[in-house]
Amino acid sequence: MSNKRREMTSGNLAFAEAMRQINPDVVAAYPITPSTDIPVRFAEFVANGQVDSEYVAVESEHSAITACVGASVAGARVMTASSANGVALMHEIFPIASAFRAPIVFGLVNRCLGAPVNIHCDHSDSMAERDSGWIQIYCEDAQEVYDSVLLAVRLAEHKKVLTPVFVCQDGFITSHCFEPVEFLADDAVKKFVGVRDPQYPLLDVDNPVSYGSFTMSEYYFEIKRNQIEGINNVPKVYRELSAELAKETGREYPMVDAYRADDADYLIIIMSSASGVVKDVVDEMREDGVKAGCLRVRFFRPFPKDDLMRLVNGKKGVAVLDRCLSIGGSAPLAAEVKAALYGLERRVPVQEYVFGLGGRDFYPKDAIDVFCKLADDNYSPSVRYIGLREKEEENVY
Amino acid sequence: MSEPQCWQDVAPGTVAFGATALEVETGLWRSVRPVFDLNKCVSCMKCWFQCPDMSVKLGEGGKVCGADLFFCKGCGICASVCPVKAVTMRPESDFSDERDKHGANPGGVADHVK
Repeated sequence: MSNKRREMTSGNLAFAEAMRQINPDVVAAYPITPSTDIPVRFAEFVANGQVDSEYVAVESEHSAITACVGASVAGARVMTASSANGVALMHEIFPIASAFRAPIVFGLVNRCLGAPVNIHCDHSDSMAERDSGWIQIYCEDAQEVYDSVLLAVRLAEHKKVLTPVFVCQDGFITSHCFEPVEFLADDAVKKFVGVRDPQYPLLDVDNPVSYGSFTMSEYYFEIKRNQIEGINNVPKVYRELSAELAKETGREYPMVDAYRADDADYLIIIMSSASGVVKDVVDEMREDGVKAGCLRVRFFRPFPKDDLMRLVNGKKGVAVLDRCLSIGGSAPLAAEVKAALYGLERRVPVQEYVFGLGGRDFYPKDAIDVFCKLADDNYSPSVRYIGLREKEEENVY
Repeated sequence: MSEPQCWQDVAPGTVAFGATALEVETGLWRSVRPVFDLNKCVSCMKCWFQCPDMSVKLGEGGKVCGADLFFCKGCGICASVCPVKAVTMRPESDFSDERDKHGANPGGVADHVK
């Protein structure tokens, strides 16, 4: 079955290649910035007759996701991609997609929201959608993007889940940099993803249904609670799927990627590509006698609360690094981590950091500084900003 | 189908089964109503095609025989497209002496589909 091949490629092109192999029924996308290279490459596959997909180039991002929802409830396997303000324009439709239990797989290339206009990486676009009812997976590198797309199709369409998925990767850092990626053979992918078996397809005219009928206070609450059950089932279903794909690839991805965390005293909790730097620094710190470790949060929705509690329990200190703001409140990852750790018997101190906004680089020295402050028991009650140019005095008030 | 009583029993995905729209009275929007002169009507079906609420009724032999006021919102498209001017829009106030057919639950399920 094998015939794997290894190629130099980017996160975007790896995502598009997975789409070619999956051969979805419908792809609707807005064919210009702020969308990504993903639909551009996929349009080539369509033009070259390499896929059978219905490719719909629509007039806005809002229309792109709307067409995806329509096609998905009709019974089609549907994929799309976008980024930044394009994602923001789709916002109205995301909760509708998840409430319709439309298993769309979405390539979300994390780029910051304007203003000011900026095309580089942070997580402000996807974090703004964290309450839209979608599953959110954040990838460290292009290989993980490719593997996650295959997993996402099965996860989204699983009868116990039926929830759309964002497969997120860091804009430019992962999406545009070239690195080696191992691709499965086309028939292996075809076998793994199978064919979608929709639950209530609109095109089944012998069994007519309506989606999204007007529903007042008598039932809205029950319908939303029913929807939650799908995402609650993700951890169990995901573990099975991840183990199944690992038989083909040899690679398995837990919901939280723990690096030298078991015997660590100090942990950095972070997401996506920046974890690579932290893992290198962990090795350096260990050589210097500091028991450092890293937790990379791969699933943000559902948030792997139990894993976090288990992995952080008993540590001396934790730093949470967000590549996103929540202006006027705790940044998203810090808020979730702190909420998860509230259940611990013994409190573990947490320092909040914000880094990398608008594509600001994150260096090994930054991670070293974070670990050194943890080891010195040096905490600030307010958030600290990494790599920000500011006047020396901290906390002027 | 009995009405679900708890979240475990509601249909997933906001799905509603069957042709439930047939049971919802949309005619309450109407302030003018189409009146068909069947002596003029040639049953060309233009109004039947254009009606957005499927409110043009067909009778014997599939011929146009009037408007279904349970659904008709009085938009007047039928009168506008009629090539022989067989449809006249008249204010509802002309029919104020008619018995109210809405029953106890206007906008809800009407007697004729119960």
